[in-house]
Amino acid sequence: MTKTATAADSYLRDPRGLKSWLLTQDHKRIGLMFLVLISLAFTLGATFALLIRTELTLPGPTIISSPRTYNHLFTLHGAVMIFLFVLPVIPASFGNFMLPIMLGAKDVAFPRLNLASLYFYAAGMLFFLLVLVLGGLDTGWTFYPPYSEQTPAAVVLAVVGAFILGFSAIFTGINFLVTLHTMRPPGMGWFRMPLFLWGLYGTAIIQILATPVLAITLLLLGAERVLDIDIFRRDPVLFQHFFWFYSHPAVYIMILPAMGVVSEVISVFSRKHIFGYRFIAYSSIAIALIGFLVWGHHMFVSGQSKLVGMIFSALTFAVAIPSAIKVFNWLATMYRGAIGLAPPMCFALNFIFLFGLGGLTGLFLGSLATNVQVHDTSFVVAHFHYTMAGGVLMGFLSALHYWWPKITGRMYSLSWGQITALIILIGFNLTYFPQFIIGARGMPRRYFDYSRLLEAHPEFTFYQIISTVGGYLFVGGLVLVAVNMIRSLFVGRRAPANPWGAATLEWECASPPPRENFASPPPVGDCYDFDGLEYDEQIRGYVKLP
Amino acid sequence: MTQRDPSQRKSGEPRVESGEPPRSDLPARDSPLTTRHSPLRAADRGDDSAPLAHHFASLRQQSDAARLGMWIFLVTEILFFGGLFCVYAVYRANRPEVFVDGHHFLSTPLGAGNTVVLIASSLTMALAVRSAQLGRRAALVGLLGVTLLCGLAFLTVKAVEYKQKWDHRLVPGQARIASWFSGGAASPQGSAAARDQFRPDLQYVKEHLEPAGPGNLTEAQWARRVDNLRSFMGIYFALTALHALHVLIGLGVIGWLLVGASRGRFGPRRFTPVDLVGLYWHLVDMIWIYLFPLLYLIH
Amino acid sequence: MQQASHPTTPPSDCPETTLAHVVPVRVLLSVFAALVVLTVVTVSVSYFNLGALNLLVALGVATTKATLVALYFMHLRYDNALHAVIFLIGVAFLALFLVITMLDTIQYQPDVQSYQQGIR
Repeated sequence: MTKTATAADSYLRDPRGLKSWLLTQDHKRIGLMFLVLISLAFTLGATFALLIRTELTLPGPTIISSPRTYNHLFTLHGAVMIFLFVLPVIPASFGNFMLPIMLGAKDVAFPRLNLASLYFYAAGMLFFLLVLVLGGLDTGWTFYPPYSEQTPAAVVLAVVGAFILGFSAIFTGINFLVTLHTMRPPGMGWFRMPLFLWGLYGTAIIQILATPVLAITLLLLGAERVLDIDIFRRDPVLFQHFFWFYSHPAVYIMILPAMGVVSEVISVFSRKHIFGYRFIAYSSIAIALIGFLVWGHHMFVSGQSKLVGMIFSALTFAVAIPSAIKVFNWLATMYRGAIGLAPPMCFALNFIFLFGLGGLTGLFLGSLATNVQVHDTSFVVAHFHYTMAGGVLMGFLSALHYWWPKITGRMYSLSWGQITALIILIGFNLTYFPQFIIGARGMPRRYFDYSRLLEAHPEFTFYQIISTVGGYLFVGGLVLVAVNMIRSLFVGRRAPANPWGAATLEWECASPPPRENFASPPPVGDCYDFDGLEYDEQIRGYVKLP
Repeated sequence: MTQRDPSQRKSGEPRVESGEPPRSDLPARDSPLTTRHSPLRAADRGDDSAPLAHHFASLRQQSDAARLGMWIFLVTEILFFGGLFCVYAVYRANRPEVFVDGHHFLSTPLGAGNTVVLIASSLTMALAVRSAQLGRRAALVGLLGVTLLCGLAFLTVKAVEYKQKWDHRLVPGQARIASWFSGGAASPQGSAAARDQFRPDLQYVKEHLEPAGPGNLTEAQWARRVDNLRSFMGIYFALTALHALHVLIGLGVIGWLLVGASRGRFGPRRFTPVDLVGLYWHLVDMIWIYLFPLLYLIH
Repeated sequence: MQQASHPTTPPSDCPETTLAHVVPVRVLLSVFAALVVLTVVTVSVSYFNLGALNLLVALGVATTKATLVALYFMHLRYDNALHAVIFLIGVAFLALFLVITMLDTIQYQPDVQSYQQGIR
């Protein structure tokens, strides 16, 4: 049944008033507020990125005069982006919004905990803003001691902020796990769930198991700075073990939801049942679990023992396998499908290409001998930007373009969506591909001034210039996305319930959904079976065949 | 780190606004499960009827979900403390000299006493959950009260132990902590002043170590032993202070339960909050069950 | 793992005792007694010097006590098996972290020592 959106009774208007938003237990409102806050955080992180990029364009001081300032810039860029953007972006916003609806439920298991998660996120954000004005942070986002214990920067504030953000993640994880275990509707066994939910399930497992270890790491680091404890001071590599035991699984927290989005989008826009459902589902769990076995690959040159280095290297090759399985299944889904290049699909295709490339470069980093060459170079920077920005950001943009009509009830310009996807693809590659090249040739990361390297590598400047041009193009594309989305709020046509012809349950309620999502639990079918849907020209959306 | 109130993971408060059309998927307005009952009104009537949150289909589902959520939270606590146990394990494996002297400054009788007290409090907590399940209000209040007292006893003993260390300047960073309270000039963050603050009462230290170890040590050897003692104290305080903080928070929540229990808020259909707090409390006990031998008993 | 049932008819009121199992007093008291006895045991053993065995006994006793608390006080024995699985997974990952970190720190001690000797 299609329902024309009447904004009057959607979750946006019902109930009214600022207090009803600030004290809401409605997962949709919480998800939306997360989206707004996270987008603001992204803007902050991107500003730092542009400053870094501009500085690196030419050797020597370009727009920044002191190396210490540069240290602050890349640290804050990393910390803000990782803790405030990449980690929560899909689970906290789209996860919160869609998970209950995809289950035909009225809310997550613990709505008040969900609200707490939002407030903890806001508090963490506040702490990072305080860091900006009260001393900055120049330790690198990785906080390695002994420097992090000695620098006069606002390390304790940052550590407290990250600690608080960790709680936000744990609350989300608890909510998702319990909701998935106890609130699936009759007829929806584990293997009839949308794959986005499998992605969130894997994410939640990692959030629960890994985040507390970050918490204790930060607590001990803070204690060492303030009191005369010397646990990490006597053994700095121990800190790295602690730190990376969280931070490596963290990257799987980042990528699993994005992969979940891609699984949905690829199927819908190929008008074909997802290929290898169980493989994709199991691979989400496999990534979550194997992801805990590889943290030492960040420490190959830090003083870690050779024996353990070999173990981690071997396991790192293993973790690539489930990701590859997903890619093969996505491609198999597209094969002989009726592919429609709507914006969500464009971004999903961007994801597959960019994440695939990034993932492959991880193999060079995971291999002990080549790691020695490329560790701490721009090669690493390019690798994690391809996976985190090329992966998670593209996944986010795909989700944004996919679910925007559902969340806001408005359609944006589809052609502009496609154009921005292309601009971003080109800009992104121009930004980061050169960094693989110069990184492999020895350009170090976190370096403010590379003029001394030009004697051996005069081409560095050329590549850096291309990278900066790409960077501005990339950000320009992102600005256009924002314009497209925000513009749709004012002049976009009202969206039908199911503009894309998807078969998961969120497309059965109105766009935007009413407060209770569903009056009564909807019947559950195969969420990748599109045969029962037909395009209705009048509403420019899909309806169920009688 | 502030603990989340574990009982917040129980049933959500229902919202009913007047003028809403009746919903077919919820019980009728007059049934005991109707969402109209506010907890306060229910408490006034001594009624334990549990409000069913609007997004759950049954009380069973709601309480099962709450319990599952609590177990997942407990796993985060295990990993959290586990990090400190890892520190302990790494130092014990690689720097056993750190642990050689430390135990002379810990009182095994006090630690053992605390262990028994905490185990007893776990018993009374488990019995309290049972009372709530069976609707025995007086027993519930009494048992929660005893649990609270046991917990307070534990913290008191801890305070005594800490004071002992404080008096002999065995707390890492003691000078800085003292400066916070005395309002003296605080050292800037991260400067060298934070380090080398461990200047224990050497007379006291030597008194305790001399009977066990070699008599005459050089200055440098004493310095190294003090250094190791500092590491031990760091680990000791990190572990026990974090645990004590969890005990304190647990006591706060138990106190909150006590207030609710005395108002008759808990009964056979609504004992999940007691159950959840009980799980948390048992975990805190479990952590101490490991801490005690590792710190007090292994030499 | 429970399949949630979401009827479209009004939910039925569950009989009180089926919301969760009630542990008998006898069981709780016996567990308490066992825990106290084990505490006495572990303290007594600590007064004797058994070398490496001290640590093993202490940890063994602690683990026995923890298991009793988990099974009976935390009613894992009577609960949905999922709870026990979750708990064990937490312990397993902690063990993973401990084992590998310890392995590495032990392995790199020679490097650390030779470095320290080099600077002296």
